[in-house]
Amino acid sequence: MAPGCPQRSLLRRLHVTRARRMTAVTSPARVAATASPVSDPAQPLPHQETKVQLSIDRVSKRFGGVTAVEDVSIDVPHGGILSIIGPNGAGKTSLLNMISGFYTPDNGRITLEGRDITRRRPHQVAALGIARTFQNIALFSGLTVLDNLMLGRHVRMRSGVLRSVIYWGLAQREEIAHREVCEELIDFLKLQDLRKQPTGALAYGLRKRVELGRALALEPRIILLDEPMGGMNQDEKEDMARYILDVNQERGITVVLIEHDMGVVMDISDRVIVLDRGRKIAEGSPAEVQRSPAVIAAYLGAKKGKQSP
Amino acid sequence: MMIDELSFAFSLVVSGLSIGLMYSLIALGFVLVYKATDAINFAQGEFVMLAGFVAAGVAAVEGMPILAAIIAAVAVMVLFSFALERVVLRPLLGRPIVAVIMATIGLGAILRGLPPLTVGGQTQSLSLPIGDEPFVIGPAVLPPIQVVGVIVSLLFLGAFTWFFLKSRMGVAMRAVADNQQVAMAMGINVQRYFALAWAMAGIVSALGGVIWGSMLGVDTHLALVGLKVFPVVILGGLDSIVGAVIGGLIVGVVESIAAGYLDPFVGGGTKDFAPYVLMIVMLMFKPYGLFGQRRIERV
Repeated sequence: MAPGCPQRSLLRRLHVTRARRMTAVTSPARVAATASPVSDPAQPLPHQETKVQLSIDRVSKRFGGVTAVEDVSIDVPHGGILSIIGPNGAGKTSLLNMISGFYTPDNGRITLEGRDITRRRPHQVAALGIARTFQNIALFSGLTVLDNLMLGRHVRMRSGVLRSVIYWGLAQREEIAHREVCEELIDFLKLQDLRKQPTGALAYGLRKRVELGRALALEPRIILLDEPMGGMNQDEKEDMARYILDVNQERGITVVLIEHDMGVVMDISDRVIVLDRGRKIAEGSPAEVQRSPAVIAAYLGAKKGKQSP
Repeated sequence: MMIDELSFAFSLVVSGLSIGLMYSLIALGFVLVYKATDAINFAQGEFVMLAGFVAAGVAAVEGMPILAAIIAAVAVMVLFSFALERVVLRPLLGRPIVAVIMATIGLGAILRGLPPLTVGGQTQSLSLPIGDEPFVIGPAVLPPIQVVGVIVSLLFLGAFTWFFLKSRMGVAMRAVADNQQVAMAMGINVQRYFALAWAMAGIVSALGGVIWGSMLGVDTHLALVGLKVFPVVILGGLDSIVGAVIGGLIVGVVESIAAGYLDPFVGGGTKDFAPYVLMIVMLMFKPYGLFGQRRIERV
């Protein structure tokens, strides 16, 4: 787990960004900017004064005799990047699945901006402004890049066959407006030349990027990223890290990140949560977590412990 | 002599194509459901039969226009499909595919038992007001009902193709077919699309029931038309709309040619036999069909 040379280079390259965000996050103007729901003008939620945007309160999930998540509480603050790390089988993806409604927790409560979403179904959670990507690439491979992004707009479209037949012109105008959102994302993610390509044919890193774009097309308040850099080479990782920082800073979207690459996690996160065997064993800033004895013992291993100051 | 041979072959092919398109229409119902919901509907033929009975029943009422009978058939089949999805199939979500297959086979048997139980076993007639004037294309002669069948089939196959390729709901339905979990995460209400797929299957079954019913007469044998769906979809690919069309055309032509050339020697029956031989050959060499998506199951 000791950072090797390639990671060092990533750390160095991202260093400037990190320094910028450290100051940015603490400035009150910045907090105010992210707190306003710029991400979704169509469906404003009652604004909460509290800085906690997503609250996971003493949540547990068991599968048969196996406890995947046990009594975990996490407060995700507005506008930051929060990473969840932990060894394989620690319950990270299970936790994400509970937030996005695929699993219902056995105990505990999950609230988004004060609204209970514990028992909401996945499409409802998505409509409320929580988008996600998946560990294994989960694009609709037969559809083009643009169609994949347009599907992300689905929740923002007014549905109904009748409606779109009766109000043909309206539906057309709506289509154009949604198309513009997708085109903006295509520019943002530099996918201009690939618009009409079926995603099944794209290179791995590009597919991950399209998946990020599709989640962004929902115009979420919070985006859950499940190993967005898994299986990527160093260049691709750097690109993705930069996109994640941009998503967070320029678009004001709260990021919840599961990632195994410690270099990236420590570099871009505001806060890190460590899970081990379904339990939360540490929480804090990247530096704090790296120093935590419990983390060193359970996760990073004895070797790393010797190196840390 | 040579000319006669050619025109005989030509009329067999034309007749086969027109029958084939009508198979395609019914197969479309099967493909829609399989594509969107992964359910294999073995009761597709019984759907067609049920629609035929509804249409014939309404048309038999004194002074009832045929249009009312068609609308009734469509309405009943849509409601029936909705109810079926809701009551029988939704609880089976996540169970092995065999459970769904058995459920639809059972449903098919029940549906076949219903008409003798309620309206009796006799064949009912269902005639569309289209006259008896046959339609002539060169040496081929088509009964008017087949022409209507061709037009309706083409219309609906075109409409469904447009729906899937261009409409927003169609694209969403393809997404549901591709990966249900991810579709949910995109905010798509998957169950609503399941219901929509079944409703569409209900519509094509209703149209199939009216057309086939007025061609063959309405009785429980109408369900057998549904059996032809299997060679059609195996040839074309279970999840391909284009496949349903091409598969239907192939099956139609093959059975027409088999009947025309082989029946005189063996005394009949090749029409019902040839499509299945073709199906088995297809399964041996190209199990996903001509246009089917090759599915690689990852464990």
